Amino acid sequence: MPFIPLFFALPLFTAFLIPILAKIYKPLVWILTILVSFILFIVALYGVAATHHIPMIVYKMGNWPPPLGIVMAYDSFSAFMSLIISIIVFTCSLFSVRFLNPYTGKWKFYTLFMLMTAGMMGMVITGDLFNMFVFLEIAAISSYALVAFGLEPEQLEGSFKYMVMGEIGGLTFLLAIAFIYAKTSTLNLADIASSLQMVRHTTFFWTALGIIIFAFSIKAALVPFHSWCPDAYPAAPAPISGLLAGICTKVFGIYTIARLVFNIFGLTRSSEPMFFDFLIGAGLLSIVFAGLTALNQKDYKRLLAYSSISQVGFIMLGFGIGNYYGVLGAIFYILAHSFAKALLFLTSGSVVNATGSRDIKKLAGLGERMPTTAWSFRIGALSVIGLPPLVGFFAKLFIILGAIKAGYLWLAIVTGGLSILSLAYLLKIENNVFMKKSKIKAKESPFTMRVSMVFLVILIVIVGIAFQQIIDTLIGPATQALLRGLEYSHLVFSYFSMNF
Amino acid sequence: MIIFASCIILFLIGLYAIVTKRNLIKIAIGFALIEYSVNLLFALIGFRRDALAPIITQLNVPHKFVDPIPQALVLTAIVIALGTTALMLTVILRIYNRYKTFDIAEIKKLRG
Repeated sequence: MPFIPLFFALPLFTAFLIPILAKIYKPLVWILTILVSFILFIVALYGVAATHHIPMIVYKMGNWPPPLGIVMAYDSFSAFMSLIISIIVFTCSLFSVRFLNPYTGKWKFYTLFMLMTAGMMGMVITGDLFNMFVFLEIAAISSYALVAFGLEPEQLEGSFKYMVMGEIGGLTFLLAIAFIYAKTSTLNLADIASSLQMVRHTTFFWTALGIIIFAFSIKAALVPFHSWCPDAYPAAPAPISGLLAGICTKVFGIYTIARLVFNIFGLTRSSEPMFFDFLIGAGLLSIVFAGLTALNQKDYKRLLAYSSISQVGFIMLGFGIGNYYGVLGAIFYILAHSFAKALLFLTSGSVVNATGSRDIKKLAGLGERMPTTAWSFRIGALSVIGLPPLVGFFAKLFIILGAIKAGYLWLAIVTGGLSILSLAYLLKIENNVFMKKSKIKAKESPFTMRVSMVFLVILIVIVGIAFQQIIDTLIGPATQALLRGLEYSHLVFSYFSMNF
Repeated sequence: MIIFASCIILFLIGLYAIVTKRNLIKIAIGFALIEYSVNLLFALIGFRRDALAPIITQLNVPHKFVDPIPQALVLTAIVIALGTTALMLTVILRIYNRYKTFDIAEIKKLRG
């Protein structure tokens, strides 16, 4: 299918076009970025429709047959992820138009922004392990640069910490690729999946898996390895924090873990219950530790960063439960959390833009002066907490349902109870920043910022109300694509033989 | 086998440098060590004893060849490592311009 290379070729091409356009006419840069991210959104929608009847679309780069050349394997889970990426990228690029006014060298921002999009899009559609590493590094290096974009001491430091942790993760992943290549002599994911089954239950199998889980838990900012996250997110410009928290950690960490564990290593709850219990434990640790730390924060964005770590824990928990409803809930949670957390970070950008401060003790009474921002924050926060008509509720509901079906009643109760933590720390922002009375002079943000926030609010409400349709068309197929397990490799090769 | 283990040891030395050293430049050197170790591991995986470079001509067809893929991977990994190292050193330089020190303990705007 010819549309698949568009996902990374289009933003990559745009990234290199932007410096030239910036010489001709400055506003062309952001017009082009928004246009391209909108086109990506259309292509992703088309991709979702295309994967509805065909379980797997394979594109051969340079027309080399699968085990030799690089293939792009595009199934429903990739379609789901690319749709979410395009939505968040579109909103953040719209938000950054006015937000970037105080900065110079805007074209550098948009170039890196598009490179990051290209990297993330490439990661979710690739069917090749080393290719995945290359795209991971493209996206990661541009995100390190974007965190340091303002060149303030705080941003440099946040970027350096992020870079150190992120590169340990990236290079450990490279080490895991070396191990896997030494054993299987192939880099094609489908081929690796079938080769790894011959060495299943050996020390090698579990070592490789362990190194990969270590690498991606750093990228996903799960709790023992989360230390870069609360420094990098607050330092970055708000649209980038939105992009990082909303989608980057999901693509770098969660997507890769889910894809490799379910489809490549072919683990299921029934065959390896210990491993899935470990994922549940990692998730619970993240939720509790980061949630409790978030209660102590005084910085608006730092609090949101801890909240983000805690929410990623819920996604791991869902994958750890490992039955249909658990995985469905986890995938739904990826969607819910990207929308809600991107929205919350955008409101923080709006507040910073209006007042210049992120300290929630110093801010007060913004609710009256910035109604759109305040109400966007409230809707986003309610979705994170899990109030019924909003999308966050259904995501949590399915995780809890999955826990009950798997026979973990205590886990269902604990998961529901832990939502109170989210309520507690988000109320802290609501109380201090948007309620109370004060004399801070603040104007509501410019039009494009409000549009991007309202766009996400509308999505959160609509997806919540129409959750049945979303599950039927988007999340259900994605869940089946993951739970298909090792059939992934058969699908890739059968597609090849069918069209050869 | 020992030669493979030495790559892992080199990797761990790099990791040790990153975790324990307080000088920013030494941390960057730690990353260089890790990159070298992984690249060396790749090169060793492709190695075959008494094998030729993988260029097939009519003269050497029955001969053994080394595996060319790891060499291609190492090339790509070196380019990526170059990008990372360049960016890291740039950030370190900027930090030095602000704080006039390479010591991590004295750069603590972000504690807590």
